Amino acid sequence: MSLYDVIFYLFALVTLVSAFMVVTTKNIVHAAFYLLFTFFGVAGIYALLGADFIAVVQLMVYVGGILVLILFGVMLTNKITNVQIRSGSTNLVAAAVVIGIFAGALLTMMLNTRWLVNPGKTLITTIPQIGSLLVKQYVLIFELLGILLLIALVGAASIARKEEREK
Amino acid sequence: MIHVSLTHYLVVSAFLFSFGLYGVVTRKNAVMVLMGIELILNSANINFVAFSKFGNYGLNGQIMALFVIILAAAEAAIALAIVLNIYKTFAHVDVDKINNLKE
Repeated sequence: MSLYDVIFYLFALVTLVSAFMVVTTKNIVHAAFYLLFTFFGVAGIYALLGADFIAVVQLMVYVGGILVLILFGVMLTNKITNVQIRSGSTNLVAAAVVIGIFAGALLTMMLNTRWLVNPGKTLITTIPQIGSLLVKQYVLIFELLGILLLIALVGAASIARKEEREK
Repeated sequence: MIHVSLTHYLVVSAFLFSFGLYGVVTRKNAVMVLMGIELILNSANINFVAFSKFGNYGLNGQIMALFVIILAAAEAAIALAIVLNIYKTFAHVDVDKINNLKE
């Protein structure tokens, strides 16, 4: 068992345990902080897969952006002073059974398929190649995503602002 | 002990997807449903990056993962704006009880 394997199992354990806690804990704020560890674990898995840039983007966008947004959502949609910040759950048994069957099917498929594994050479850093792909092959998607982010930002601000009363 | 291979990453991603789906299905609070969706998107991303490494497809898988992260950011912003609006209208964010679009 090499060091790589040990680190992989460590990150996988952190990711899966905290993901399990996210979906089972009652307290929403605790769930948000468990989500932080899930995102860290996933970033570690990206780094183990040789995707250094994706790992950094994961940390910056998910941990720095989305998680903060979610925490804002928690804080703004619960009356913190008088109601405990809790989320109820519904249909626990039925959901566990159905998703257990689904996960079993998924795992059976993944373990029994003979994947075409043909690892190429591992790059020291992926950033130059990703940059050149983004401005050459994927330039249209890249620009469209820029526009989409602008639209999403304007749309979110427009949805969330206070309505002006008509007089 | 077998070495870590593509299957290990796929198994982690399958479990992450199942947990995310479980969260989306069982949670009542809209913010918790959003967290489940983030887990699902992360599991898809692990698959993209894993196949990108083990399948020798160049860096295309990583680019797709990057696009998924960008879309997740846009989705989170819009979804939280909608959740805030729901809270303003109904004074709660219990997705089980929200069954009309207007107050």
